[in-house]
Amino acid sequence: MTGRFVRLAETERQQVTLRIDGVTVRALLGDTLMVAVLAAGGHLRDSEFGDGHRAGFCLMAACQDCWVWTAAGERLRACSTLVSEGLDISTRQPEATWSDRA
Amino acid sequence: MVGPRVIIVGAGPAGVRCAEALVAAGIRPTVIDENRRDGGQIYRRQPDNFTRSYATLYGTEASRAAANHRCFDELRGRIDYLPETLVWNISEGHVYALRDSRLVELPFDALILCTGATDRLMPVKGWNLAGTYSLGGAQVALKAQACAIGRQVIFMGSGPLLYLVAAQYLKAGAGVAAVLDTSPWRLRLAALPKLLAMPRALFNGIKLTLALRRAGVPMLSGIEPLEITGSAQDGVNGLSFRDARGEVRRLACDAVAIGYHLRPETQLADLARCEFQFNPTSRQWLPRIDAQGRSSVAGVYLAGDGARLLGADAAEAAGKIAALAVLEDFGYPFKAETVAELRRKLATLTRFAQGLMQSFPWPAGQAARLSDDTVVCRCEAVTAGELRRVVAQTGAREANRAKAFSRVGMGRCQGRYCGHAAAEIIAHAAEVPIEQVGRLRGQAPVKPLPIGIAEDGA
Repeated sequence: MTGRFVRLAETERQQVTLRIDGVTVRALLGDTLMVAVLAAGGHLRDSEFGDGHRAGFCLMAACQDCWVWTAAGERLRACSTLVSEGLDISTRQPEATWSDRA
Repeated sequence: MVGPRVIIVGAGPAGVRCAEALVAAGIRPTVIDENRRDGGQIYRRQPDNFTRSYATLYGTEASRAAANHRCFDELRGRIDYLPETLVWNISEGHVYALRDSRLVELPFDALILCTGATDRLMPVKGWNLAGTYSLGGAQVALKAQACAIGRQVIFMGSGPLLYLVAAQYLKAGAGVAAVLDTSPWRLRLAALPKLLAMPRALFNGIKLTLALRRAGVPMLSGIEPLEITGSAQDGVNGLSFRDARGEVRRLACDAVAIGYHLRPETQLADLARCEFQFNPTSRQWLPRIDAQGRSSVAGVYLAGDGARLLGADAAEAAGKIAALAVLEDFGYPFKAETVAELRRKLATLTRFAQGLMQSFPWPAGQAARLSDDTVVCRCEAVTAGELRRVVAQTGAREANRAKAFSRVGMGRCQGRYCGHAAAEIIAHAAEVPIEQVGRLRGQAPVKPLPIGIAEDGA
């Protein structure tokens, strides 16, 4: 499907390019990560409990349903993080690697 | 004289007016806010490079929004402002916050919690599908990002926000498929005497519904939600419900915004060890406060929707009245007549809010009718059937105990969106009054923290 979110105004903003799961996405300066993702596609992440795609819920940093990760492993709330040029986001949690001290 | 160390949590209307009154008395409060900008949810500011006017963004409340923003802008040099800072614990006179991935510990003599509210949710089968949003979330998408949550949006639930957000979507050019209210019409008529306490607000509300009506938006009241339909892959594609006459109907849509009025954000009050009491009208637990916002704990004050769900105008008054309580308690001069005037204003707004509560009640009865396969906890996809099984098999009839066995309330949102419905399900399954189920205890951290945070100044 095309984007889930529909832009109704404020479309004359400067463009920003970011990468989401390795795919280049064009967004607008001032977009939240959630808007950048959902203006381009239908969902934000997969539920880790097997009940399908998720696309955020509360948009006010309360439900935590919109976590995404930077390449460095930092967790971001997509609803309350603004896009920036060159941002590289993974919608899947990076594998945790534990040093083996046994 | 060294003044008291005063911390305000929240920069919505309550926090802003509280800070203003403290600054006027010569105190320099610290204002901590999780958002990037002041305004809270109701007067949320759009990003700097957006150009929509106050009238476009806030409608009839444009001048109030502008006044709040201006007030806060003028306070900036006279307060210590910590935006994008999450208060995650309160313990023994200290606030613990997370700022720039660092832990900040701030002592206080007076703490005013202006933590606001979020949507109050009743689950419906399929509400975990992509494309279902909280009503407030749908409004944030429009207000802060100039986006609609879908092409054809159904607004479902109850409360004044239902009509407000639907009308705002309509005005902004979004597709509004229907407005479905679970409350029957007659309740609004019965509540009219109380609603007339605020004629302007009532008039504005009626105008919104007329605008929707004129645009031909189907508006139904007294409905019972049945299922949000769609697929795990593509998300929402429709909604089925039973109308007031008992007929099952289905409407197509690609997004649903749901909300049943609001619930206060009380986790910090809980961690500060404030007492709570059950409010039978709204069927929720609220922190105990006196007429000036003093909690049961000395030095801890509560104002705004985080304490009493009375709306933005009342939040401004409550923020100011709490500031005056701080001044009184710490020996500063204050005007008793100002307190009396604010109390009168709050009394009027309280009467209006009671009218809204009577018009748009929390649909408690729906919880018992949710099918066993309905997801109650969106975070971890735990169903109503699983929660009922836990109640039946373990005998758990207290919210925290049932949470421990079922995990309902233990996920990412920490019970914010499932807690009230879960309590209703437990009460019904265990055949006990809702107040006996109790409430989910606030736990630190009140929101998830990253594992690798550094201690400030360590």
